[in-house]
Amino acid sequence: MAAGNPAAKFIAGGTNLLDLMKLEIEAPQHLIDVNGIGLDQIEETDDGGLRIGALVRNTDLAADERVRRDYGVLTRALVAGASGQLRNKATTAGNLLQRTRCPYFYDTNMACNKRAPGSGCTALMEGAFSKQLGIIGTSDNCIATHPSDMAIALRLLDAVVETTNGSGATREIPLEDFYALPGDTPEVETILEPGELITAVTLPAPLGGVQMYHKVRDRASYAFALVSVALVLQDDGTGRVALGGVAPQPWRMTEAEAELPNGAAAVITRLLDGANPTEENAFKITLAERTLAAMLAEARG
Amino acid sequence: MDFNQPATENPADRQRVLGKSTPRIDGPLKTTGTAPYAYERHDVAEGQLVGYPLGSAIAKGRIVSMDTSEAEAAPGVQAVIRTTDMDVLGKFQMNVVPLFGGPEILHYHQAIALVVADSFEEARAATALIRVEYDEDETDGFDLAARREAALEQEGEIEQEVGDFETAFAEAAVTLDETYTTPAESHAMMEPHATIALWEGEGNLSVWTSNQMVAWNVQGLCDVFGLNKENVHVDSPFIGGGFGVKLFVRADAVLAALGSRETGRPVKVALPRPMIANNTTHRAETIQRIRIGANEDGTITAIGHDGMSETQPGGRGENCTAQTPVFYAGPNRLIVNRLVDMYLPEANAMRAPGEASGLMALEIAMDEMAEKLGMDPVEFRAINDTQVDPGDPEKAFSERHFVECLRQGAERFGWADRNQEPGSRREGMWLIGHGMAGGYRGAPSTTSAARVRLQPDGTAIVETDMTDIGTGSYTIIAQTAAEMLGLGVDKVEVRLGDSSFPVSAGSGGQWGASSSTAGTYAACVKLREEIARRLGNDDASALEFADGKVTTGDRTVPLTEIASDGEIVAEDTINFGDFREKFILATFAAHFVEVAVHVGTGETRVRRMLAVCDAGRILNPLSARSQVIGGMVMGIGAALMEELAVDTGRGFFANHDLAGYEVPVHADIHEQEVVFLDTEDATSTPLKAKGVGELGLCGIAAAVANAHYNATGVRIRDYPLTLDKVLDRLPTI
Repeated sequence: MAAGNPAAKFIAGGTNLLDLMKLEIEAPQHLIDVNGIGLDQIEETDDGGLRIGALVRNTDLAADERVRRDYGVLTRALVAGASGQLRNKATTAGNLLQRTRCPYFYDTNMACNKRAPGSGCTALMEGAFSKQLGIIGTSDNCIATHPSDMAIALRLLDAVVETTNGSGATREIPLEDFYALPGDTPEVETILEPGELITAVTLPAPLGGVQMYHKVRDRASYAFALVSVALVLQDDGTGRVALGGVAPQPWRMTEAEAELPNGAAAVITRLLDGANPTEENAFKITLAERTLAAMLAEARG
Repeated sequence: MDFNQPATENPADRQRVLGKSTPRIDGPLKTTGTAPYAYERHDVAEGQLVGYPLGSAIAKGRIVSMDTSEAEAAPGVQAVIRTTDMDVLGKFQMNVVPLFGGPEILHYHQAIALVVADSFEEARAATALIRVEYDEDETDGFDLAARREAALEQEGEIEQEVGDFETAFAEAAVTLDETYTTPAESHAMMEPHATIALWEGEGNLSVWTSNQMVAWNVQGLCDVFGLNKENVHVDSPFIGGGFGVKLFVRADAVLAALGSRETGRPVKVALPRPMIANNTTHRAETIQRIRIGANEDGTITAIGHDGMSETQPGGRGENCTAQTPVFYAGPNRLIVNRLVDMYLPEANAMRAPGEASGLMALEIAMDEMAEKLGMDPVEFRAINDTQVDPGDPEKAFSERHFVECLRQGAERFGWADRNQEPGSRREGMWLIGHGMAGGYRGAPSTTSAARVRLQPDGTAIVETDMTDIGTGSYTIIAQTAAEMLGLGVDKVEVRLGDSSFPVSAGSGGQWGASSSTAGTYAACVKLREEIARRLGNDDASALEFADGKVTTGDRTVPLTEIASDGEIVAEDTINFGDFREKFILATFAAHFVEVAVHVGTGETRVRRMLAVCDAGRILNPLSARSQVIGGMVMGIGAALMEELAVDTGRGFFANHDLAGYEVPVHADIHEQEVVFLDTEDATSTPLKAKGVGELGLCGIAAAVANAHYNATGVRIRDYPLTLDKVLDRLPTI
């Protein structure tokens, strides 16, 4: 049904889709309610990881004892997102698929290539408000960011998205490959095919190390990240780093992680190499570096 | 009742009910969801239709064409009202921009159409089908900073000129000359603007709405539609926050009335949240240059404040110099205000208009000046206190205990143990700083009427068109009547917000509490006189009202007996006499704050705050405290996060929803303490009370800013103090 009808959408928690429908940014003709079809369990996998059902609520995922014990960065990222009420509704799959909070995407009077392909990008026009928007991975057509916190931690953990389509075929997509950069088609945000449904997200065996998530914003809660940093740091000084709030997808690069022993500046210089910020959001480069530096200092005690 | 001389001892002084912390009597209605807010008043008129508004997509220009054919044909649609189908409607004098009518566009999201349909969803969907073509005008831009230079070349409006400021400033031993900016702010109240309107016959209009000033709303609707007051009925019993954005009639009421006039049925309209920031009003952006000159001993010799704000042509912008003529002493003064015309949405009143923005600048300047002088900022303020108008020493403050606020605040806060050297105190990853600021806000009281009805069962009903915007009006009015009639608060029913009731001062400018309780007092005095007359005693003041009984001489009569033949009704108005013009009536505060600034990220968290307030007699310490801490929360917002982001290319506020426009959340608020000085102001009202609804906001943002400087050693003069402004000047990690 979903595959055959481009005007159909799946709905689970609805925490973003309903907002977009109220503004008529999304106007699906059919909503397919996937609540109640199972997919709401967290199971251990044969290789020592976890399979998180697509409909596991953010609150339940964050509170799961195994997640808290073995994937602390995920719990920390989850509870840094949204509010308690929203996390109670929001699902794992829905969180991955939420859309940008760029103000021009939300204002239907304004040109936006993501909402109305070919109309232009107001955020890149003279005098636009772009403080929140992206600095890397963006294009001349779109500088929106992906707003998820959870996805940043999942990317750090090398999560894999499992899907199925209408004919029963399944795919396993590493989160690294899941999102599409805007390029000339900012309206295309993932590699999912029409009708393809996320069934689970799997985590490999635990990484150990010190796991931290620092979401930076001007108020203490209930705001999207200016920059967020997910970090796993091992005793030997190696580790992983992923950034949120800077790009259309979780931003991570193994070459940059190799610089961890050389400190935050080295990591961020590599990770944000090629950044193309606006005047209003150039501070995000400094902010990412200083946030990581503070986290490294804390992690090392 | 004429209030022609300072209050002497009177029945309100007994303080059996007044002055006691009393939980809000409307609290249970609100916590159980049964308080009838405007949009949910399904029972007031049958057959309600729903209207959904359309706002302009441009800031300035005119509509060339509007195609509503698809909308009109959409399911459920009953009517489409188009601005192009009528002349520009009339305008209430306090509104700057007309609310509807004609093709001219003066700001983004100006209402240009209303779709009326059977359901909300149908109305909304049909609205999206309207096609509008515009002819956009060139403007002088939307960037206040870019227009400042030109504006400074124009003559400003001189608010105060005393002595020879320029010479005194040039000759001063220690001087400060700095410029501060405050951004445009949105009221961001919880309940959006909402109205149900019913237009009957040739011009009988009833509106159930959410409005702070019922009588102004009646007048506003008369002005907009050319109606007679006696044919307009306004009802606004519960208001989910206003902060000034609901002072005047707004598009929700106008559109609902138009929809009802067109369809002949009741129509309800709520402004969608994303439309509120640009359709309604905001606190104007300001740029403020402050110059202070002082002797080595800290005595101010010269004070200059040059304020600038944006406004729609004909508007008043933000009077950010409001406090400066009288807050601190100094023989040479020059206070100037400038307006820059701009086609941003309408700038108008927001909680503590003037002082809230002005003190954000002035109280940083005072902090900077104290540092230059090497003085404790508390001491610097204390030695520059004045008990009279520095521009007119014949005019004294009725009561001014600002120095006591400063001293008590310093003592309670532990100011002596503060971090003295900026940027030097650290706890882990956090830099710790302390700051303080003074607070000032005028205390106007104005004409207010009420009706009191003693019931045969011995209870009383108070009726006045006063509003309760979440402030506690219901409760303090009940307390006033209870005190005057010797009843418990539970024996008094208060009815508010109905234009058929006697006209009150309404809620605004922190005049509501003092004025409406004075009006209630006047009505109660009249009722007491009538009771005295019925008891054969001409001297009502000789009567003792207590425990539901009245005693005259050795005779005690229950109120139930007095009213046994039917209710006794008394109505009166408090009128404030000229004698008060010899005085300045104002409220004062000293704010003390401790902040922590993350050394890596610049995130700022307020850890504790204290306000010591001098605001006359406190009628209800519980609700007064709520008002002050609410103001302090708003001040944290102003200091650290609130900013309507101007898209200077397209001329509108881009972050126009509650996700983009950040106000403090619970996690931002930690320890708050409020102390009220025991001060009565007999010049203010018979109850010796003043307002306190805005004082909590006045000065607090600067206290946060000063604490931020104390923590980081980095002085930020542009609000809000978001982390991007401090990041590159924080210490290396």
